[in-house]
Amino acid sequence: MSHDHAQHEHDHHDHHHGSDLSPVEARVRALESLLTEKGYVDPAALDALVELYETKVGPHAGARVVARAWTDPAFRARLLADATPAIAELGIGGRGGEHMVVVENTPETHNLVVCTLCSCYPWPVLGLPPVWYKAPPYRARAVIDPRGVLAEFGVTLPETTRITVWDSTAETRYMVLPMRPTETDGLSEEALAALVTRDSMIGTGLPKAIPVSPAEMPV
Amino acid sequence: MNGAQDLGGAHGFGPVVPEPDEPVFHADWERRVFAMAMAMGYTGAWNLDGSRANRESLPPAEYLASSYYEIWLKALEKQVAATGLATPAEMASGRSAEPAKPVARVLAREGLEQRFRAGFPSSRATDAPARFAVNDAVQARNFHPTGHTRLPRYVRGKRGRIVRVDGIFVFPDTNAYGSGEHPTWLYTVAFTAQELWGESGDPGGIVTVAAFEPYLDPA
Repeated sequence: MSHDHAQHEHDHHDHHHGSDLSPVEARVRALESLLTEKGYVDPAALDALVELYETKVGPHAGARVVARAWTDPAFRARLLADATPAIAELGIGGRGGEHMVVVENTPETHNLVVCTLCSCYPWPVLGLPPVWYKAPPYRARAVIDPRGVLAEFGVTLPETTRITVWDSTAETRYMVLPMRPTETDGLSEEALAALVTRDSMIGTGLPKAIPVSPAEMPV
Repeated sequence: MNGAQDLGGAHGFGPVVPEPDEPVFHADWERRVFAMAMAMGYTGAWNLDGSRANRESLPPAEYLASSYYEIWLKALEKQVAATGLATPAEMASGRSAEPAKPVARVLAREGLEQRFRAGFPSSRATDAPARFAVNDAVQARNFHPTGHTRLPRYVRGKRGRIVRVDGIFVFPDTNAYGSGEHPTWLYTVAFTAQELWGESGDPGGIVTVAAFEPYLDPA
């Protein structure tokens, strides 16, 4: 499915009027015109929805949650006990995250989140899911071959680390609390959040290592 | 239903292919389909479970050959026609030929962000007692409904253990068809990878699903 996108991306830059539209673009435009004319949708509201989920809601929110959990043990305890109200303490919540569960990685257990049936994903903390998360290879294999999937993301876990896969088959939505990287003791919450990748909160990645500034590099 | 959406454990889809620096949308028509699906859901003409039921009931070959937002588009068109909000001919032309039908509400730009940041909880209050408790041994039912369900095939008939009592939620199997929310207890059930996949299961691995009470029998 993802190979289609390059084609769509190419197509949509070129059109300025109806005759240049691809079939799917024409079909979508006709539907929007009709639903607008019928009074079922307001195009200004559609614009606002796109803006909200394209520019405001995203994994930076989840990174704030993780950084807070790394620096505030009481928050971490509340987050693991009942994630939705804990996340709301940071002003984060909403559609696709009404019923959050946060699962904690440890040296013994690594957590991986999938939705085998569709594309359930914790929108308020991670934004809309990437194509690979919604596509058949990940949905098919995360539950039967999690180590093989992780290897494709460049993640190799010790054999002694067990993997728990969370299949999001209801409205409960999962976020992984990754392990805090070593040698980050002096970092601020904001600097820690910058180490938290989207994939580390799905379980297909690990947080970034602490950045080393040129002045600190060994000569 | 045993449709193409139920992908857990399937072989042959190849490797997961993450896209570096992936954009939220890959074409403008995807933005509009996303927003129209959200806004039409908001009208109350159908619900999220109904949308999922429509997406997964595409013929399997078509489902697997369609990109994610193509699946959304096709399901949206089906729902618009099925609810009588517009005819297929109107959708093809993009012009209204019949009077609009009343809808419960229309999503406006004003207040939209607050509304979506508040969310749409699917938990419900009821005084029905829970049948299962944490640590109970359960067996997922070996059923094969032709309609919408959220119990993936790969756990049916398998034995697991309750690891969390999540609460009472709208029951998708009935809500998808507008035949009632039937609030139902929801549980997180853990299965060993070897229970699910036999010898090929990841040693020590666990897979969990969120399962509604009618999906489970005591084991």
